[in-house]
Order: sequence, then structure tokens, then C-alpha cells
Amino acid sequence: MKTTSSIASSEITDKAFFIKRRQLIKAAMGMSAASLLAGSKDSLATDKHYQDIPTGPYSADLPVTDFEDVSHYTNYYEFTTNKTDSSVLAQALPTSPWQVTVEGEVEKPGVYNLEDILRGNPLQERIYRFRCVEAWSMVVPWIGFPLGNLLKKFGPTSRAKFVEFTTLFNPAIMTGQRSNSLDWPYTEGLRIDEAMHPLTLLATGMYDDELPKQNGAPLRLVVPWKYGFKSIKAIVKIRLQETMPATAWNKRAPGEYGFYANVNPEVPHPRWSQARERVLGASIFTPKRKTEKFNGYGEQVASLYSGMDLRQYF
Amino acid sequence: MRLEPNAWRGIKIAALITCLSPFLWLCLNTWQDNLGANPIQTLHFRLGDWALRFLCLTLLVTPYRQLTGQSWPSRFRRMLGLFSFFYASLHFLVFIVLDISLSWEAFVDEIKDSPYILFGLATFILLLPLAVTSSKSMQKRLGKNWKRLHSLIYLAAITAVLHYILLVKSDLTEPLIYADIVLILLAYRLFKVAKKRNILLDRA
Repeated sequence: MKTTSSIASSEITDKAFFIKRRQLIKAAMGMSAASLLAGSKDSLATDKHYQDIPTGPYSADLPVTDFEDVSHYTNYYEFTTNKTDSSVLAQALPTSPWQVTVEGEVEKPGVYNLEDILRGNPLQERIYRFRCVEAWSMVVPWIGFPLGNLLKKFGPTSRAKFVEFTTLFNPAIMTGQRSNSLDWPYTEGLRIDEAMHPLTLLATGMYDDELPKQNGAPLRLVVPWKYGFKSIKAIVKIRLQETMPATAWNKRAPGEYGFYANVNPEVPHPRWSQARERVLGASIFTPKRKTEKFNGYGEQVASLYSGMDLRQYF
Repeated sequence: MRLEPNAWRGIKIAALITCLSPFLWLCLNTWQDNLGANPIQTLHFRLGDWALRFLCLTLLVTPYRQLTGQSWPSRFRRMLGLFSFFYASLHFLVFIVLDISLSWEAFVDEIKDSPYILFGLATFILLLPLAVTSSKSMQKRLGKNWKRLHSLIYLAAITAVLHYILLVKSDLTEPLIYADIVLILLAYRLFKVAKKRNILLDRA
């Protein structure tokens, strides 16, 4: 894996190890886990789906969260409200073949195979901060491509002011959809300028490999300056429209989860503080990290909201 | 149950170890790094769960005696109540030491923005005098007032359940189970009190 960042490949937890790195550290009795992993990497690297993906722009030079943590702490209410059980239950989801419907204010609507969507959109690795509305955060090496590149290909009309995304609805497999924990199917949305922003990704992988099912395979959105619930998983429909789409969490609790959902320490959730976040994977004696406005991407995105009161448009 | 004092001592020690087992289990899990991706939250939540479970068990003792005529659980009421306080204290400690890392600034932010924390603090403050006055000698010294003071446990149960309800994102299943238990026990208690008053009024 050639990256321009200073994070060595060995810094990223190898999937073949189902023991956590922290346990390895204990087992190694002072030997560094990184060197243990490095020694085994050559023989195991071949089963990774994505090899030599170039690093894209805006990729952060940050230590990456353990793969085990990122793949075993996922909110996926389509299966369960439990963040660890979701990694087991989501395995039932068939992710191939996969089709995405593109409709609304576009010149080329249609039902597209995933392969057609990926064609002509070279993949890049982007190491992004990921901040959940529940005040925890991670750093994830996503594999994907800018959403804007794809949208341009469908030819949005001048009336395309918003983009609506929809997750698969299949209660036979997605057993959580049998309960009313949210209104199904899950929908999310972005303003067109947010959707076209070069930071906004459609991801198909992470950690040099395909996305685990619990992390939104085969296709998910990643909007790094917004709370995690905006980054919708298992996308089956992309609709461009003139009006602001209704979004799942906003329908559930309009006073708690706004359409914009920009990460902002100054705007608390009505029931808890957003000033700090628990960084996953750190030792239990590590203090919380102070949350950054726009999750640290203010330089790139603050201009999208100039003149808007972020307390009102939360 | 008529048992020798020695036999009761043995049973009490067994009960004590049983009540301690969740704590020992959590210690083991912490040591083995077996608490998932967010270990502080796991620890915090599990300790809170046990505090609430022991609180509900403590409240169950008297109705159980009144409904079944069996008085043996009453011998464990103090122990159950103190274990509720024990787990609540650890829950509070995890919050102060691990979650906000003893930072006053973080504490103020949390209190300011998180109403559920106020209910948690209220619960802890309510349980404090009950734990302090739980001994037999205190019971004797306070006399009638002991019972009055210790009826605060119902208020603590209500604030504890509200604390739980307010922190949940959308799935209220579990906090509502506790809410039901507390409401049923409270209704039973109020019904008893009302009945007693009526008897007294009839005699007057």
C-alpha cells in the first residue's frame, strides 16, 4: 500500500488477527504489536480485496482506529439497536448482485448495477475522522470515490437542489426493520453543494478491503464533517430533487436530529453535551477529546454555511 | 425458616458473594480487556444496570413479605439496599474518574448540557443518607423518622428510571421495563397506605 501519509501499513490492524491489538500488547510482554503484525503481513496481504489504492486528497495524517473496533461497534438499526450484535446479524445481508436506482432531477435516470456505478470512478483511500452523535469518534481509512464525480455523470438538472439517499428495505433479512425503532426505509439527504463537495465520499471499502456488511456494504455515504447518522449505509436509491428530503432520524425526533447535523461542540444535543468525544481504542485512562467544529473540516466546509445560524439549522 | 444463627451466617456470606459477583465479573472483564470498543461506556452502563437492579430488589422485599407471608427476604433487605448504593457509587466513580477524567470544566459542560446527568446525581444524593443510616443502631436512634427517611428510596427509584429514559437514543425497551417495575411497586405501596388510612378513618 503506497500512501503519502506517514502512517505505516503496519499501523493498520491486520484483519487476520481476531485478537485485539491491545491483547497482543499484553501477550507480547513489551514487544511492540506493530512488529508482530509486520512480520506476518507479507503472507496475509494477498487476501485483501483492494491493493495499492492511492491516497486521495484531504486524507488525514492520523493514527487509525483498530479495524476490530471499527467493525464491532456499529449502529445499524436495520438489524438491531445493539452496536456489537449488528456485526453478527448483518452477515445475513446479500450484497452481490446490487443495484442502485437513480431518479428525479437527472438527465440519465435508471437502475444501475453497482459495477456500472464504480466504473470510471477510480478508488482512493481517505483517512477521515468519524464522529457519532453519541459523542464517540474513530479514525477510519475509507476506500471510495467522491460522490460529486458520480452525480455529474447522471446530469443533474437545474432543479436538483437536494439529494435523497435510501437504504435497502428488506425486513425478512434486516430483522430490525420489523420493529419501529425508526421509520423504514432509512433515508438521508444532503444539499446539492454538500453532495458535490470533494470531501463527500461514496465508500465501498475500508482498511484495504471491501466494507464489512455491518459497516454499510456494498455502498455507503461518508460525510466526515457531519454526525455519523448522515453517512447512510447499503444505498439502493439516489434521488435528486428540488425540495429538502425527510431524513430518518429527523422524522424520529425532529428536535434532536436536524437535517444539517454538522458536528459542532457549541450546539449540544438537547439531551447531552457535544463538547467532547470519547476516542475509541485509547486506554481507559485517556481523557475525552475536545470536539472540533465541523469535525476538524471547517477549513474546507465552513463556507457552505456562511450566514446560517447553526443553532437554528442544526 | 427457623435456622441456627450459624447457618444464617453462612447463608448471609453466600448472599454477599452472590451480590458481589457482578462486580468481580466486571473486574475480570476489565483486566482481560473484554469490554468492547468503548470499554468505559460498557463499564459505566453495566454498573448502572446493577445499581438499578438492586434498587428494584430492595423495593420488592416488603411487598413479597406482605403477599406471601414469608419473612426470610427481609433479612437481606439492608444488604440489597447497600449493594444498590455500592454499584451506584462505582457508576458515579467511573463517570468522574474515567469518563470526564476529573475535569471540572468537563463536569460543568456535562451538567449544563445533559439533563439526564442531573437525574443521576439526584439519585446518588438521595441514596447517600440511606446508606449512612442503614445500621441497626441508626435505625433505633432515628425511630419513627427512620422509616420516613428511608421512604426516599421511592424517589430515588423514580429519578434513576428518569436518568435511564433520558439518555437512551431511541430504543426505550429496557428503561421502560424498569419504569414498569417501579411504578407497580409504588402503586402497591400507595394502595396500602390509602387502605390503612381508610381503616383509621373508619375507626374515628
